[in-house]
Amino acid sequence: MKKLLTTVAAGAMLASPAFADLMFPDLSYRTGPFAAGGIPFSDGYQDYFTLLNQRDGGIGGVPVRVVECETAYNTERGVECYEATKGDGALVYQPLSTGITYQLIPRATADGIPLHTMGYGRTSAVNGEVFSHVFNYPANYWDAASVMINVLLDENGGSLSGKKITLLYHNSAYGREPIRTLETLAAQHGFTLNLLAVDSPGQEQGNQWLQIRRDRPDYVLFWGWGVMNQVAIQEAINIRYPLENFIGNWWAGADHDVASAGQAAAGYRALNMNRLGDMPVFAEIQQHVIDAGLAAGDGTNLGSVLYTRGMYAAMLAAEAARKAQEIHGVADITPAMMRDGMEALEMTNARMDALGMPGIGPEFAVSCGDHGGTGQAIMTQWNGTEWVTLTDFIAPDDSVTGPLVLEDSAAYAAEAGITPRNCNGS
Amino acid sequence: MPDQLIFAMEVTLNGLLNGVMYALVALGFVLIFKASGIFNYAQGVMALFAAMTLVGIQQGRVPFGHLINEIFGTDIHYFGWEVPALAAILLTALVMIGFAILAQRFVFRHLVGQEPIILFMATIGLAYFLEGVSDLMWGSEIRNLDVGLPQGINDSIDAVTFNLFGYGFFIDNLDITAAIVATVLVAGLIAFAQYTKQGRAMRAVADDHQAALSVGIKLNYVWVLVWSLAGIVALVAGIMWGSKSGVQFSLSLIALKALPVLMLGGFTSIPGAIIGGLIIGVGEALFEFAIGPMIGGATENWFAYVLALVFLVFRPQGLFGEKIIERV
Repeated sequence: MKKLLTTVAAGAMLASPAFADLMFPDLSYRTGPFAAGGIPFSDGYQDYFTLLNQRDGGIGGVPVRVVECETAYNTERGVECYEATKGDGALVYQPLSTGITYQLIPRATADGIPLHTMGYGRTSAVNGEVFSHVFNYPANYWDAASVMINVLLDENGGSLSGKKITLLYHNSAYGREPIRTLETLAAQHGFTLNLLAVDSPGQEQGNQWLQIRRDRPDYVLFWGWGVMNQVAIQEAINIRYPLENFIGNWWAGADHDVASAGQAAAGYRALNMNRLGDMPVFAEIQQHVIDAGLAAGDGTNLGSVLYTRGMYAAMLAAEAARKAQEIHGVADITPAMMRDGMEALEMTNARMDALGMPGIGPEFAVSCGDHGGTGQAIMTQWNGTEWVTLTDFIAPDDSVTGPLVLEDSAAYAAEAGITPRNCNGS
Repeated sequence: MPDQLIFAMEVTLNGLLNGVMYALVALGFVLIFKASGIFNYAQGVMALFAAMTLVGIQQGRVPFGHLINEIFGTDIHYFGWEVPALAAILLTALVMIGFAILAQRFVFRHLVGQEPIILFMATIGLAYFLEGVSDLMWGSEIRNLDVGLPQGINDSIDAVTFNLFGYGFFIDNLDITAAIVATVLVAGLIAFAQYTKQGRAMRAVADDHQAALSVGIKLNYVWVLVWSLAGIVALVAGIMWGSKSGVQFSLSLIALKALPVLMLGGFTSIPGAIIGGLIIGVGEALFEFAIGPMIGGATENWFAYVLALVFLVFRPQGLFGEKIIERV
């Protein structure tokens, strides 16, 4: 009898439908040379989904399940993480690495799973006609380069003619991304562009900073990540380079980047793709996630630059999932539906207000042909104790970045044998 | 004097000082290899571990705090005190000695007489173990290391060279400090090896294990001694490099800079590590200065190895290494 009951119970368990959930993989890096940036981002990403589960019961009534996989910012391990998790119903991948992104673009496209590479990855993925499953809203590296030049144009009475600008960059696919845009902008605005590469991880930059000291460029634009950021800022202080003329991109403007230099780094500027400072959503995360002992980390990163960005990334993913549920009329969405939701995503100020994140990012609408958003960014500055926002969202020069996107995406389509979709009729 | 020549002089001086920093890491390798024939892959991670421990002790952090909080549901991170830099350095040195004793007792004592490749593999395992322990003990965040070392441009050198050449040289005070510390360290190590009983025992073991054993020298004791010294050298390297960039995982990768230094200077010579470091430091700096801009820059990492390979072709044992003559 006991055996019979056990068999019936086991059969019933097998026959009953599995509990639905929305699976969001988190390809994080909490170890390795880039952990200092990976940890707060992953904490923010996971904590926002936990908040949705605790406060709202998930998205559209379906609980969210986050599966974390450690990549150590290593491309091979990132691909392994993708392969290990993709069969588990993964809705969207955010690898937080340009190297991993380049490897995942063809794989994810073939598997029908969308990629969201927010402010990193392959810039020309903006072109949705070629990159059907890759999204890089709200901004990309070419936007960042253009916004930087727009800021400098504004500060120099609209002309950079005769100025010397140095790009100090991580010698990798990531670091080389802005070069074409800056070369085009240099030709257009008449400034001299000098390129200085730093080998990964960037612990040694003495020779590069000696050259900067000799050349005395008017501005140094900076594409760094990990230890390269802290070393560069310290070297700039050492040679007494005017820090307000040293401008990092959004991966070189986090709290830990300036922590070791502290007060001495006051004046250093960096772009950001999202607003900083206190927001109502932080109090909710504190109450429902951190105080409840459910935080991904120890809760100390709440509100930091990269925590905020991770949370913003999760919010954009959640909103796209919500949109997908709305379009398809089902709560338990598939990766293909998620892609549709991402392509129809529209972020408005009213919606960001309602989510407790007023103005966290620019307003933008994604479409079949445009997967990149508006490309706007803000300029921030380290004042010695905290990052302060200097400007509102600034637009890039689309007349420069647009043709480059078309050219590069066309080259990729030819190389990968992709026939671009026709988005005009959609 | 032409500008390029003046710039080259500045680059050379900076290269020499960078070379001292490389030599600091290479020294740890040499000490262990000389005494035990082990190529210690874990030397870079030992520098990271030592620096993390130093900062942890200085700031009064609770070791394994995250783990303790996770298991017991507590919320403790600090003891509530701060330890002065010098005391923290001494305590960290004791931790490194403790590590040497544990490594010897639980790993290397069981591998006496094994092939060098087995010992090398053991140090790879030790490196990854120590990396994990370091993370678990102190966390993965970047820590600010401040033991009061001066940093930034040396104004005196700047002023003197400006008066001489019309261009002030940039020399980092931290690099000057590192050069002084390295000189004292090397002099101390040489004096220890030459004039103390323990040092002579160390040299005897380095020359011939079996002969040393036959005259009553305790091999285990000497190996603990050598690993302790390597741990203290790793601490010094960790302080110097960590002061530049903050203490973080990348510190463990400085070991990669020591390899070309060892190839060039020889694996068994303390002066070789210093001279090798200086040659690599100057060579890579001048190459980056003169050729780098023509080929896209960022040449330092690979050029150091090219330089070392060139030396290897002509002198396989390195500049100061012992020439191996095997009679059949």
